[in-house]
Amino acid sequence: MAAPMLCWWCFGRRWVLACIDGGSRHGRGAAIGFTSSRKRGQTSVAQQPLITSQKSRKGEHEWAAVVGLEIHAQISSNSKLFSGSRVHFAAPPNSLVSFFDASLPGTLPVLNRRCVEAAVMTGLALNCHINKKSLFDRKHYFYADLPAGYQITQQRLPIAVNGSLAYSVCVGKKPSRVITKTVRIKQIQLEQDSGKSLHDELRSQTLIDLNRAGVGLLEVVLEPDMSCGEEAATAVRELQLILQALGTSRANMAEGQLRVDANVSVHHPGEPLGVRTEVKNLNSAKFLAKAIDSEIERQIHELENGREILNETRSFDYKLGCTMPMRDKEGKQDYRFMPEPNLPPLLLYDTESLPSGTDPQQVINIDWIRERLPELPSETRERLIQQYGMLPEQSFALLNEVGLLEFFQNVIKETRAEPKKVTSWVLNIFLGFLKQQNLAVNESPVTPSSLAELLNLLDRKAISSTAAKQVFEELWRSEGKTPSQIVSEKQLELMQDQEALEQACHTVMEGHPQVVMDVKRGNPRAINKLIGLVRKATLSRADPTAIKEILERKLSP
Amino acid sequence: MWVRATRLGLWSWLGWRRGFTSKADPQGSGRVTAEVIEHLERLALVDFRSQEAVARLEKAIAFADRLRAVDTDGVEPMESVLEDRCLYLRSDSVVEGNCAEELLQNAHQVVEEYFVAPPGMCSPKWLNRLSLSELRI
Repeated sequence: MAAPMLCWWCFGRRWVLACIDGGSRHGRGAAIGFTSSRKRGQTSVAQQPLITSQKSRKGEHEWAAVVGLEIHAQISSNSKLFSGSRVHFAAPPNSLVSFFDASLPGTLPVLNRRCVEAAVMTGLALNCHINKKSLFDRKHYFYADLPAGYQITQQRLPIAVNGSLAYSVCVGKKPSRVITKTVRIKQIQLEQDSGKSLHDELRSQTLIDLNRAGVGLLEVVLEPDMSCGEEAATAVRELQLILQALGTSRANMAEGQLRVDANVSVHHPGEPLGVRTEVKNLNSAKFLAKAIDSEIERQIHELENGREILNETRSFDYKLGCTMPMRDKEGKQDYRFMPEPNLPPLLLYDTESLPSGTDPQQVINIDWIRERLPELPSETRERLIQQYGMLPEQSFALLNEVGLLEFFQNVIKETRAEPKKVTSWVLNIFLGFLKQQNLAVNESPVTPSSLAELLNLLDRKAISSTAAKQVFEELWRSEGKTPSQIVSEKQLELMQDQEALEQACHTVMEGHPQVVMDVKRGNPRAINKLIGLVRKATLSRADPTAIKEILERKLSP
Repeated sequence: MWVRATRLGLWSWLGWRRGFTSKADPQGSGRVTAEVIEHLERLALVDFRSQEAVARLEKAIAFADRLRAVDTDGVEPMESVLEDRCLYLRSDSVVEGNCAEELLQNAHQVVEEYFVAPPGMCSPKWLNRLSLSELRI
């Protein structure tokens, strides 16, 4: 099988190491030999970090992997990019298709304003330079789900270029630090989606549904600044959150609204980049990292066994857990790009350059859009940290789960408890229960109001922390009951009677003179034993802090 | 207009393929290699079955090559003849679609409201077809 891989963090950078097992060991001479037989790199990247590890064991070769991504996000709009037919996920086949989408002769593309705005918003959110003039091109290839024989895209001059996407990775165990990494964005372009083809193996024919043909896509090209599957998956997740916050795309990978292709290559640090392969069919966030890592593993394995990497397209087979070649080695596709003759250049304006007396429907003002950008995930996290004093990891966790942030904010609204307490309860206990039963936030049996009420009881010291957890469990199991009801049903209220508590302490002290002696002799842990005894005597209905205070008072000379 | 566009497209693409040899030789050798013909046939699904067709192609290229006689130094190339026009922006409303029956009437073969693609066209094998006869639909 593939050579075992070691992944660890070294001076804040990620290493991918291959350990050569005894069986397939190559001598030093062979290693040098196959380096020169490798083809030269395909893509040029800015600096590759020169990494020297002082921790490598003897006889191990060091590899660095380079991952670039091409992400297609379906624009969230009512109608398609160049025609007025509807954009919708599930509909009878070929019912959402206009004459233009079916590529009937005599039809012409008409650009959808909303799609342009979506592209500008996304470009601004990703710190891109928005090209005030961008052009449309035709990309030709034959496939049954592409009725025109070409796709209208923006190859020469896309709408946005040179941006950046920041994402964070957690390093180390407790305490885990959060490191921010950046991946450069090469460009964002508008393009058409193709239709869907269903392969009918039985009758060996292919059925075509053009409902998706012509839907607007945003292609976001990420430079090969990432070095492993986890970084790529994190970057994609962050992009998903940004697109969802902007409302430009629902970015749901399961519904095909977000598709990712990865370009993967490996090389020895300090040497030129290796041959890259393209991995397609990455349709789930879960498998994205796995697919990329398995491709990195495969490439390392091939190179270590003296073979070459072919510049090919591979697809990830979920069942086998590895990549398989898609097309055979015919070389690069020739798309014969040409300008789209039916569309003039797309011109965008800012407040300065806005021509006067024009129909506002016909002009797009970049500044106007920039002023109305909604709060981005990174801004939300920062605000949560400032406003509620939470840790960075906590703000990440809150945003990472769908609907969790809203739940948290609803609880905060209705409770008097400290925000830190709410954060801890939502992230540890509430989320823990959700994960255990594999539920989404909107499937939770506990409502924000219930949790808020429970936290109020806890805050008022009406119940102890242990009791609160019991109540929560009960809330989870039986819907419809309020926390107060459960507390009175199970008699979990904390003893409020100060006199009775003093009496209980007195009784325990009388009953255990030895322990009292221990405390008086200065044994600090002995008092915990007394506290425990009092708690048992009061059936856990007394607040440990109050008990401790009373005991200390009684025991002080 | 579109004839010029496609001729220009073909001519510039062929120029790239031949490595701009015609710059050195203004008349052009006029020869289009069998490798280029095969590549074109696969890309454009056209049929250059006979030698006469190839000869006609070469004549067309030579005809378009005469454009090189024009001195275009320092002249910004046009993107399209529409480049001075305004690009109309449509508002995002649903005004088309819902005509599956009409569209499917055009299809050669239909199965339950799906278009049926010609046999062998969508499988990955088709994309790698080296034999030209199998490409003719």
